[in-house]
Amino acid sequence: MIGIVDYGVGNLFSLKSSLKYLGLEHIVSADMRELARCDRLILPGVGAFGDARAILAGSGMDGFLTEQAHSGKPLLGICLGMQLLLQGSEEFGSHDGLGLIEGRACPLKGDIDPLLKVPHMGWNSLHFTKKSELFKYSREGEWVYFVHSFYGKDCGGDVLATADYSVPVTAAVGRGKVFGTQFHPEKSGTAGLKILRAFAEV
Amino acid sequence: MLAKRIIPCLDVRAGRVVKGVNFEGVKDVTDPVSLARRYNEEGADELVFYDITASHEERNLFTDVLEKVAGEIFIPLTVGGGIRTVDDFARVLGCGADKVSVNSGAIADFSLIGRAANKYGSQCVVLSMDVKRVDGKFALFAKGGREYTGIDAMEWARRGVGDGAGEIVLNSIDTDGVKGGFDIEMLQELCSLVDVPVIASGGAGKAEDFVTLFKSVPGADAGLAASIFHFEEVNIKNLKQMLKANGIPVRI
Repeated sequence: MIGIVDYGVGNLFSLKSSLKYLGLEHIVSADMRELARCDRLILPGVGAFGDARAILAGSGMDGFLTEQAHSGKPLLGICLGMQLLLQGSEEFGSHDGLGLIEGRACPLKGDIDPLLKVPHMGWNSLHFTKKSELFKYSREGEWVYFVHSFYGKDCGGDVLATADYSVPVTAAVGRGKVFGTQFHPEKSGTAGLKILRAFAEV
Repeated sequence: MLAKRIIPCLDVRAGRVVKGVNFEGVKDVTDPVSLARRYNEEGADELVFYDITASHEERNLFTDVLEKVAGEIFIPLTVGGGIRTVDDFARVLGCGADKVSVNSGAIADFSLIGRAANKYGSQCVVLSMDVKRVDGKFALFAKGGREYTGIDAMEWARRGVGDGAGEIVLNSIDTDGVKGGFDIEMLQELCSLVDVPVIASGGAGKAEDFVTLFKSVPGADAGLAASIFHFEEVNIKNLKQMLKANGIPVRI
């Protein structure tokens, strides 16, 4: 059973639909007892880091997720959910993240070619920098769908994949059973479904 | 490097995809779900559903179609047509849309762009514009291109982006339906003014028109068309092969 962490951030329609399409049992819940019974968790998210972080802290969900991750339960953060796994963010002020993955969320603006548009929105191809079970069904160069203005910087050895946007933009991170994708696997066609299926088998 | 996107548009009425010829004689083409399936298999990067609903009952049929497509096709979906309020955003986003495009709704009430962007984020708000040359200037039209607004289109685009529109669909009335290619001049002007993604619409008649688009307007992110894809005059898979052979990055 996959538990999708519901903390009021983002549209969960596609994520639920893609898990259903893959025949993967899942629940959407904000109840930590219920989520604790799941054998893996997905942390979605769209929007501002600070707001999302405050919601997680307000409900005690931040401590719960950290504890679940430390206990070895597979966790996948998507988009903002990935950035929340990092040590922090520089989006509208400095914020602490969950600290499960190396690095901080920093603005693309200033780091990329100034002629390129922000947000980095659309299909970009993956370059794998490290072998990971999350990508056991994926191929080098596969296209996935991104929408973001901040990216994981200085993620060091936790980077699993990058996408070229004049600089290598962190596309996926992982440490142990904790994973994060900056792109949306639930919006990335067949390439994305393969990643969700691999996560369900981690 | 981001791929240039190819986007088929589906005009949906009463739960069916329709395609008119010269805005008249609207004829039933096919079931939207099976057409969406075909486009997805051909390699469409995104789908646009345009709701040309005439009644409340038809609107419910539209959201049924949207939910069905979103339940089995996992690429970005944009919905346009009849979006006038933030509640309209909520309605279609709840049925699986990822982006919502506003046109006449923003002309009637400009604050819609900012309010929707605040609530759902700029990435969700697409400003769709129907534009035509009037006395040598690019003028904005409303109501599906039927009503002259007197508004300068380029200024309108700049205001829309300033207020939170995250993407623009530029539909040239001058080239629409002519099948002689996209409106390169109009697109170049828009791309020099805004820094959000621009989707070119209106005028595609053959695959080569997309090559010309992306070569002549490097700022254009996507090309949108309806009938040439519907009637299989252009196959998206073959189109993408042609773009790739011309050095244009595409998702294959």
